[in-house]
Amino acid sequence: MTKIRTLQELEALRKSLLQRRDPNKPCVRVCLGTGCRARGSVDVLEAFTHEIKKRGLDVQVECKQTGCHGFCERGPLVVIEPKEIFYQRVKAGDVPEIVSKTLLNGEVVDRLLYTDPATGRKVLYEYEVPFYKKQTRLILANNGRIDPTNILDYIAIGGYQALAKAITTMSCEEIISTIEKSGLRGLGGAGFPTGRKWRLCREAPGDVKFVIGNGDEGDPGAFSDRSLMEGNPHSILEGMVIGAYAIGANQGYLYVRAEYPLALKHLQIAIEQAREYGFLGNNIFSSGFDFDIKINRGGGAFVCGESSALVASIEGKIGEPRAKYIHTVERGLCNKPTVLNNVKTWANVPLIIKNGADWYAKIGTERSKGTAIFSLVGKVNNTGLVEVPMGTPLKEIIYDIGGGILEGKRFKAVQTGGPSGGCIPEELLDLPVDFERLTDAGSMMGSGGMIVMDEDTCMVDVARYFLDFLQCESCGKCVPCREGIKRMLEIITDITTGRGKEEDIELLQELADMVKDFSLCGLGKTAPNTVLSTLRYFRDEYVAHVKDKKCPAGICRDLIEYFILEDKCTGCGACLKLCPQQAIDAYGLIHTIDPAKCIRCGICRDACPFEAIIVR
Amino acid sequence: MKLAKSVPEYSKVDKIIDSYSCEKSALIAILQEIENLYGYLPAWALRRVSEKLGVPLIQVYGVASFYDAFHLTPRGKHLIRVCLGTACYLRGSARVLETLEGELGIKDGETTPDLEFSLQSVRCLGACALAPVMVIGEQYFDKMTPTKVRSVLKRVQRRDDKD
Amino acid sequence: MVTLTINGVKVQAEEGSTILEVAKFYGFDIPTLCYHDELTPYGACRLCMVEVDDGRRTRLVASCLYPVREGITVRTNTKKLVKGRKLILELLLARCPNSKTLQDLASKMGLEHVRFKMENKDCILCGLCVRMCAEQMGSGAIGFVGRGQKREVVTPFRIASEICRNCGACMYICPVVELQCRGVKSPGELCNSCLIITPQCLDQYGQVMCTLESCGACEKKEGK
Repeated sequence: MTKIRTLQELEALRKSLLQRRDPNKPCVRVCLGTGCRARGSVDVLEAFTHEIKKRGLDVQVECKQTGCHGFCERGPLVVIEPKEIFYQRVKAGDVPEIVSKTLLNGEVVDRLLYTDPATGRKVLYEYEVPFYKKQTRLILANNGRIDPTNILDYIAIGGYQALAKAITTMSCEEIISTIEKSGLRGLGGAGFPTGRKWRLCREAPGDVKFVIGNGDEGDPGAFSDRSLMEGNPHSILEGMVIGAYAIGANQGYLYVRAEYPLALKHLQIAIEQAREYGFLGNNIFSSGFDFDIKINRGGGAFVCGESSALVASIEGKIGEPRAKYIHTVERGLCNKPTVLNNVKTWANVPLIIKNGADWYAKIGTERSKGTAIFSLVGKVNNTGLVEVPMGTPLKEIIYDIGGGILEGKRFKAVQTGGPSGGCIPEELLDLPVDFERLTDAGSMMGSGGMIVMDEDTCMVDVARYFLDFLQCESCGKCVPCREGIKRMLEIITDITTGRGKEEDIELLQELADMVKDFSLCGLGKTAPNTVLSTLRYFRDEYVAHVKDKKCPAGICRDLIEYFILEDKCTGCGACLKLCPQQAIDAYGLIHTIDPAKCIRCGICRDACPFEAIIVR
Repeated sequence: MKLAKSVPEYSKVDKIIDSYSCEKSALIAILQEIENLYGYLPAWALRRVSEKLGVPLIQVYGVASFYDAFHLTPRGKHLIRVCLGTACYLRGSARVLETLEGELGIKDGETTPDLEFSLQSVRCLGACALAPVMVIGEQYFDKMTPTKVRSVLKRVQRRDDKD
Repeated sequence: MVTLTINGVKVQAEEGSTILEVAKFYGFDIPTLCYHDELTPYGACRLCMVEVDDGRRTRLVASCLYPVREGITVRTNTKKLVKGRKLILELLLARCPNSKTLQDLASKMGLEHVRFKMENKDCILCGLCVRMCAEQMGSGAIGFVGRGQKREVVTPFRIASEICRNCGACMYICPVVELQCRGVKSPGELCNSCLIITPQCLDQYGQVMCTLESCGACEKKEGK
């Protein structure tokens, strides 16, 4: 393959690709994101390839794998072009029917269609599914459309045009000011203006500079970075090359979580293909600019999402943050000026260069531009990946896109920002999400997890959960974070096990305030957020645990009791057989639970077909 | 089954180190490859890495103990990972983990004495739509409950007996 | 040279020096635990935090690491700082209740009671020994191992290090395993005896008093 050296060559290649592709040719797109894969989409894809070949349809029908479509709840997902017929929960066994009905006869397989729970109507096309309809997909737009392992797919939709435009027609200054004007902010969580970061790095003295893409998505309950890396790796690479050109870096690093094998694989393939076409390597677009990217696999430490810890990790050291009184843009990797951005931030760059700063600045709110990506998870009907303009109210995301709360339960809180974020209560559901508003509410944007909690969630237990996570993930260097989190966890564990004292709540508040102010790095500084926000909005639950020794949500085991309702119990014995503690006795027909033996595992309640077992 | 090797195989490890041209910054990548090879990091290998890279042994040992990706003791044939990410936790993964601990007789992070199973909790596998999710080897098990845990374990053991 | 203000006093300092160095030079007292003149600053104990106003915003920084800058205003003893330091010390004392260094600091700060469950560890992970061994002794026999709560200072594989020369520098610099306080006290109570001690007692035993058997001053305080 000869390398692409000019904008014209790239355009010619794109046109020839489009000519070769008949827009009316049926194409089966099978989602091979991690969620769908876990549900067997690989088998589905194989079945399609096999079936299509068997019937000799290779020429008429195209079949391709794509990255995560986003609607993980209904996976495995299959979309059939050109009409974009949307099938969900597809099994390999359904494939022959889809081929003979839909592909050959244009008929729809009714049972695989998605039913809108609100209206009860079947939805035929992907773009009509309410989950997608209310979204504005910019950087996830092509995730379900292209084969992430084929650079030609990316080029066909206009990929690398932004790079060509930037390098061949724009000066470094123009690129940086375009990014500045667009208002793009770091999507890793903190929201630092990207353009300013680039400018500071460009102006920092030194010949050797680096760019880093942070794909070490460690927040529990967030998978937007993963989906992007898996589904559209070239968009990240393109952004990094543009950024490197603008600040004058010749080497880039992608730091990717080792738990994401598929993302690693797709990025590696993408890098090799980009090298083949000359988008990476020497003399990119005949400009004399050289740039290459190396992938670093993360070692599995949440703290490495923090920039200075990440840099230490790339250098082969313990991922221990250092004080950043001299910023990474001046002294980062190997003490050289370094720009570190989240992979989502990088993926925004080509869009801005291509469509202009004004186009981007029109999306979003006054101070937060563009879109926000959330992994909508927890007690919500439609688990999946959501991209909405900044400023979209929480309510719209959870109810219109997320389809509301699981099993029709009552909404209690939504947690954003991962372990660094906070819980937002029902009264703030109209809050438009952007960097400032989330921070004001005691949470933060973070890396994009949005965890919905219902009435069955104990907020004290949630705070305990995040403290437990942070206690394991704190690097242990500074005292406030290491000792402070440990003691907060100790106090909260006391509270959830009925040993809480009234003065504990005050001590918890005091500790949380101190850890926030005195910790060394971002992990520690934000660690108390869940505690602070739950104390702020759900103090009554703390009080209930401490004073009344009750867990209102029925979660904290030492404060609850499993109980069998006499009038509902039929004496079927389902619970009795499964109880690991032999805590259930059958006196005559009615069963009872011995609270002294019961370990409150809840197996009996799951097993009871008559809903006779309750928590009180 | 194959027992974890404790006999030093310097040539294998040297090959890995050399493939990174003895670069100090490649320490983590080198350790990852050794971990892949043996399932854990044998002490002799850490000493070798320290010697060849010229990195103090304590630094190699420190890195090996800092990151979750590394283990200093041999691990079981089947690695069971239970996701304790927020979505899984809210939907009851702690109970799943507890059941596994009870069934296997080991705690989170431990390995059964017969080196059959290692149990490890992880924070988010990014498969939140499957919550609570458990992974054995490469196979995902979705919407886990304590009851399902038992049947899955039985299935794995039965499959082993056949082999 | 740069000019800055520390606690209302305009002072001059050499560029590149840290706030802590400058403050010490001018006689402002900032408590430290993980800092030593001859070792690379580490910024882990967070006792040396000070408030810095650079004209744009006010924030808390570790004075042992923050380089002085032209025109900044530093305050070393605001209410927030004093309260925070006290709580940090309380956390450390809960971990290592018998360290005389910690006890002395507690006396100075007026900390009399620890509200957390007491442990009895012998390391506050300040890292002085690690840096001493590597930087001054050129050895690198010990280091930090593990993450978070599992972090500790050990030799590789926890066996006698091949490169350790038994020089004892790590013991020398350690603020915890040195002679320990054996004052009479119930768990959570700090006797503060060293601070309120009567002069006779000091005459008799000199400075190592508290590290020997109890002189009785603390018993006197408790009214025994």
